[in-house]
Amino acid sequence: MILTLAFRNLFHDRVRLAVTLVGILFSIVLVAIQLGLYLGASRMITANIDNARADLWITAFGAKSFEDGGLLLSSRERHQALATPGVAAVVPVVVKFSEWRKPAGGSTRVVIVGADAEEGAVAPLALVTGTWQDIKAPDAIAVDRTYLADLGITGIGDTAQIDIGRVRVRALTDGVRSFTQSPYVYMPLARARHVMGAPGTDLATFHLIQLEPGADLERVRADLKSRLETAEVLTTSEFRDRSLNQWLFRTGAGVALIGGALLGILVGTVIVAQTLYSSTKDHINEFATLRALGSSSGYIHQVILAQAGLSAVIGYGLGMMIALLVVMASQSTPLPIVMTPGLAAGLFTVTLFMCAISAISAIVKVTKIDPATVFSR
Amino acid sequence: MTDKSVMVAENVFKELGSGAGKVIALKGVSLALAPGELTLLMGPSGSGKTTLLSILGCILQPTSGTISVAGTSTAGLSPEELAALRRNHIGFIFQSYNLFPTLNALENVRIALDVRGQKGYAAARRSEDVLRQVGLGGRLLNYPSNLSGGEQQRVAVARAIVSEPSIVLADEPTAALDSENGHAVMELLARIAREQNRSVLAVTHDPRTLGYADRVVKIEDGLIVGEDRRPRGLDAPEITDLTKRRKAHA
Repeated sequence: MILTLAFRNLFHDRVRLAVTLVGILFSIVLVAIQLGLYLGASRMITANIDNARADLWITAFGAKSFEDGGLLLSSRERHQALATPGVAAVVPVVVKFSEWRKPAGGSTRVVIVGADAEEGAVAPLALVTGTWQDIKAPDAIAVDRTYLADLGITGIGDTAQIDIGRVRVRALTDGVRSFTQSPYVYMPLARARHVMGAPGTDLATFHLIQLEPGADLERVRADLKSRLETAEVLTTSEFRDRSLNQWLFRTGAGVALIGGALLGILVGTVIVAQTLYSSTKDHINEFATLRALGSSSGYIHQVILAQAGLSAVIGYGLGMMIALLVVMASQSTPLPIVMTPGLAAGLFTVTLFMCAISAISAIVKVTKIDPATVFSR
Repeated sequence: MTDKSVMVAENVFKELGSGAGKVIALKGVSLALAPGELTLLMGPSGSGKTTLLSILGCILQPTSGTISVAGTSTAGLSPEELAALRRNHIGFIFQSYNLFPTLNALENVRIALDVRGQKGYAAARRSEDVLRQVGLGGRLLNYPSNLSGGEQQRVAVARAIVSEPSIVLADEPTAALDSENGHAVMELLARIAREQNRSVLAVTHDPRTLGYADRVVKIEDGLIVGEDRRPRGLDAPEITDLTKRRKAHA
């Protein structure tokens, strides 16, 4: 009967129900988009780190992120790392911002990622066209197909200019977006060093450490730290966190996204609270009758919470439908919104919590009911 | 007052309001209700009828004096404990029926069982049986807006008795009804008292109800001023006015 009464109270005034649902829907969509953007941004920021086969990262001291690796490491660090017990391989990677000149005029900034794919630095990145072998050709590169228009090209075989001269697209990745909006351009390590102006050297932005099977990560790390005084040795997780911290929090972008999500929750809470309160006020005589009939205050609270819960479930369902449409529409854009089962479940929890909080004012209202009013009607 | 009384009020005072607006609504009322009796509480407006009903119904606490419901004193009970007492022993019938407009007749009755923790098929079956007892077997799924005033009050009666309370308190049960429906409801209350051995107290102004009463209690200015025990079936009761009798003795 609690659910029946809650359902009937809710649907008794359709206009108010519509306002409640719009409030929840607006809140869900806003929170889903903001948190989806946050997740999407996080994935963009860490895509290259997550897709590299590395147990540890050697970076220049103070490296802020994958794109901002700071001072270059020399072959000395590489050799010291290779001499460390437990280290199976040390893979150099070069990362550098560069200028991309479009074939039809104009230019844009790109991030050059130089790595030899067969060593595992970028190999796990999905190629939808071409192979990592294809980019070993003298002027070959791989770019993400999302950015073809931004780069002023249409696909495989198109050419453009970067610092070292002409490059030709020979392979395409899919879904490797750049948080900085400067597209990644993948090329072999030697050519990337040429772009950096250090051809023929052993310089690298990072050294990816691959451990021997069974090696103790912490022991190897400690050993590396003692050998490399001018470099840092980070786990993949630490480097991810550092990159996320740099782009999401030091730039304020993440704070803005989380702030937007909190604003959505606040607006939703206020709207639901207002409508639940007015619904409770309209049904106050019925609650007083319930009280006079001997219902416990807990029973009445359950009716109000059930109203809030029903609003949450319906509002969440509608809100998620719209949010998923927005998510799908964003997939082909440079800033895709991500929706994961975890985020969907989290949003449902947030919605329930938001509606439960919203019920407080209504519960306070019924707590003050004087059952004696049933005799004065 | 007898040993078998299910509800006893002793020397009940009730002050309402505060400061200059303070009113003494009840000035030492004592009353006992026995099972199997339909008692009418009659008196003019402002005499304290509804205040007494609220106190007997454990909705208001007396300023002083004691109330005992089924042997349990209400003194010092919290609002939740008073609600439990109402839930377990008292059924209410209101002047304006106080039905839930969003629930049908069956659901309006079932909710009285639901607040007592009685749910499911058995509760539905019991509610249906009681609605049939009050003559609404064919109107189970009708909403209050589709029921006449008499039918609504019968739903309210069914709701009051569905949990088999020992006491039924009715506030002006016929006030909003026409003569035919008023008689039907009073007949129902009399049957509930006599056939189900419950104690029924009805506050009323309505002289048409006198013929159904086993006992008539008159209240004026917060005091019980008269009481009449009536042989069943007597249509023209004569109420002994205790005030007049006291004056006569003086």
